[in-house]
Amino acid sequence: MTRFIDLTLNGISTGAVYAAVALALVLIWRATRIVNFAQGGMLMITTFIASDVISSTGSYWLGFAVALASGLVLGAVVERVLIRRVEGGPPLNAVIVALGLLILLEAAAGMIWGNTPRSFPPAFSIRGYEVGGTRLLFAPNDTFTVLVVFAVAGALAVLFRYTALGLKMRASALAPEVARLQGVRVGRMFTLGWALAALVGSLAGLLVAPSVFVGPNQFDPILIFGFTAAVLGGLDSPPGAVVGGILLGLVLSYVSGYEGASLVTLAALVVLIAVLMIRPGGLFSTSRERRV
Amino acid sequence: MNAAVPLEIEELTTDYGAIRAVDGVTLAVNEGSVTAVLGANGAGKTSLLRTISGLERASAGRVRLYGEEILGVAVEDIVRLGLAHVPEGRGVITELSTEENLRLGGLWRGADSAALSEMYELFPPLRERRTQLAGSLSGGERQMLSIGRALMSAPRVLLLDEPSLGLAPIVSAQIMQLVRHLAAERGLAVLLVEQNARSALAIADRGIVLNLGRVVADDAAAVVAADEGLRQAYLGF
Repeated sequence: MTRFIDLTLNGISTGAVYAAVALALVLIWRATRIVNFAQGGMLMITTFIASDVISSTGSYWLGFAVALASGLVLGAVVERVLIRRVEGGPPLNAVIVALGLLILLEAAAGMIWGNTPRSFPPAFSIRGYEVGGTRLLFAPNDTFTVLVVFAVAGALAVLFRYTALGLKMRASALAPEVARLQGVRVGRMFTLGWALAALVGSLAGLLVAPSVFVGPNQFDPILIFGFTAAVLGGLDSPPGAVVGGILLGLVLSYVSGYEGASLVTLAALVVLIAVLMIRPGGLFSTSRERRV
Repeated sequence: MNAAVPLEIEELTTDYGAIRAVDGVTLAVNEGSVTAVLGANGAGKTSLLRTISGLERASAGRVRLYGEEILGVAVEDIVRLGLAHVPEGRGVITELSTEENLRLGGLWRGADSAALSEMYELFPPLRERRTQLAGSLSGGERQMLSIGRALMSAPRVLLLDEPSLGLAPIVSAQIMQLVRHLAAERGLAVLLVEQNARSALAIADRGIVLNLGRVVADDAAAVVAADEGLRQAYLGF
């Protein structure tokens, strides 16, 4: 029973990170109908920046803040410089540009920071809580991870649902031409969507880095898990991304705990294929039915 | 050149590649009046509106809003100059609620809830459906919503693209009366594109007939409606 509780708690904590990556992918998909395969590379860069800031200043939180800020800037720059040219074109063009950017970022990171993965500090203690003499597989840092991801998801929900800016962003994503006729500066909304997504992505990088280490290719699996979570929840839905992330975290944690850690990636791919075959719109998507 | 004229168009030409969709169109719309642009499918009516509001690029000509040249001004800035365009197919965003669609129209000028209440008074059915998704509205309600959203920007010139398309005759007649009312009561200059020539001419002050992008007739609505030759050749009634 304790093992089950442990695996559940662990699943929620890792699931929160997948949820953050999924949120980043969903934000961009909603804004520009592009699956950002470069997300893993972008959050890798910002986490390297955090690592440098932390080691040179000794302040974790300064590194944390700089990573988030650089994520915001990187997202905006990528949209303005690269993605704007392929927006509205054939989807394959955007996919190729994103993959190209991923390769470019990983190669550049290797040249700047080297290819040997380095460790990364957690925000809080990773010693599990002690309950009744046994130590749980859930530590203060996991509490932080779960809380911060839920807070970000909640803030995004409020932004989209209750603010004028959120309404403009949704309108731009749903019907760019109609939005422009209402005076919405759609290009700016797309840039903002990418910037916000990259900010959430860099948060995911910071949260997961202590367990996967920082290196040019260390975040590739996270992108696969995040993508699976996003598809699971329905690429269109931020709440779906969070639920998808947590669900995937739980499934993978049980697989890892009861069957063996080597099966985790395989299990993620099985989930991905199963969702695509059984419910390609994801658990939360309604727009696909509506589009027909 | 006249700053008192809401909308003046001179020799406007729009090309899609080798196809000339709008061919040297000249027209003017006065305050408080409805000008109906009629013609068969493919006559260039929609292209004309899309060029005026900046959605398509003109190859030549001039478009002036109260004397100010607006060709080349970005779509999202033209609405700030007082021109609202209700696109074909109603253009409501079906995934947003009725109220969100309405609010969207007034966001750029920071329209307050008074503007929203005004729209609900003008279109009572929308008030009952304010929290429902626009996709769940009937055709007539969507058309009201689309016009209401355009009015939220407090325009002086209104472009309407086929507002009666796909509506039952009685609903279509209501919409036409509303268009008449907007021009008369609010002093709007309305440029109304319609396939349904008979009902458009019934409420319009002026009728313009397009064929293959060219103006083939431009006269008082009653004169156009009475012209047997025009009706048989272009208007189908």
